[in-house]
Amino acid sequence: MSAPANTPPADPAAWYDLHEHDHPEGGSTLLGFWIYLMSDCLIFAMLFAAFGVLGGNYAAGPGPRDLFELPLVALNTAMLLLSSITYGFAMLAMQRGTVRAVQGWLVVTALFGAAFLSIELYEFAHLIGDGATPQRSAFLSAFFTLVGTHGLHVTFGLIWLAVLVVQVGQRGLVAANRRRLQCLSLFWHFLDVIWIGVFTFVYLLGVLR
Amino acid sequence: MSAAHDDHGHDLGAAHGTLRDYTFGFALSVVLTAVPFWLVMAHPLGDKALTGALVVLFAAAQIVVHMIFFLHMNSKSEGGWNMLALLFTVMLVVIVLSGSLWVMHHLNANMMPMARSMADMP
Repeated sequence: MSAPANTPPADPAAWYDLHEHDHPEGGSTLLGFWIYLMSDCLIFAMLFAAFGVLGGNYAAGPGPRDLFELPLVALNTAMLLLSSITYGFAMLAMQRGTVRAVQGWLVVTALFGAAFLSIELYEFAHLIGDGATPQRSAFLSAFFTLVGTHGLHVTFGLIWLAVLVVQVGQRGLVAANRRRLQCLSLFWHFLDVIWIGVFTFVYLLGVLR
Repeated sequence: MSAAHDDHGHDLGAAHGTLRDYTFGFALSVVLTAVPFWLVMAHPLGDKALTGALVVLFAAAQIVVHMIFFLHMNSKSEGGWNMLALLFTVMLVVIVLSGSLWVMHHLNANMMPMARSMADMP
């Protein structure tokens, strides 16, 4: 085989990186997951915007004051807030490296999350039973879409929690599992942040309206 | 992958909290949740606009508390990229929300007046 006509110079130009340095496995996962959460945040921003625009269009149907029971919403909020702190305890247990404690706190978190979801489904069933279905008015369409999307996120968070309880049990607190726990921590606390927006703008300001 | 390497990546990556952070953040959140619910349910102020403004203020404060104590947000985590992504998102959210509400409010305000019977139609 003949030599190429233009042989590369002995000292290659330094404008590209020849020395691929080693990145630790999963080193960019948390940043990537954070960026996913930010994009998720934009989805919720759209839904909040839709609710903000349509939230007053009752179509002569029931409004927030007729429909929402604030004690129930307060209970729901408490469930999600408690699940946040118990997930924090799971993370602290992870830092200590105790598998049993991590699993225990994850289960407690899942129970609070399930309680939140049950209360929300009870509320939805109640509303639909009263004839306040998503089809009733633009306000109710926007309400069910926004709150339902949040509930769907919590549902997937619960599935993720269950998977991690099993994975931590099988493999222990290896680097990959720690990374997953940190991602779910971001996800779970992020859902609580979204819920602050929901109970403020949908429920409290709705009843105030 | 060696253990040392993982630790190395861990230290540079996301920050994590202490028991003090979590309990302090939780206590603050409870207060910042309970007060707006009380303001709306007991209605001690009487003024709707003032109550609404306070409720929104409490929500904003609670979001910041959650960001700092639960999501461990600071300007250092992931070399500042987390904060940059967050700020960019906040900017987009502000544009989307204020823009939508502003445009749609003016669209509503400039609509041709409807007959009362039509406005009440479902």
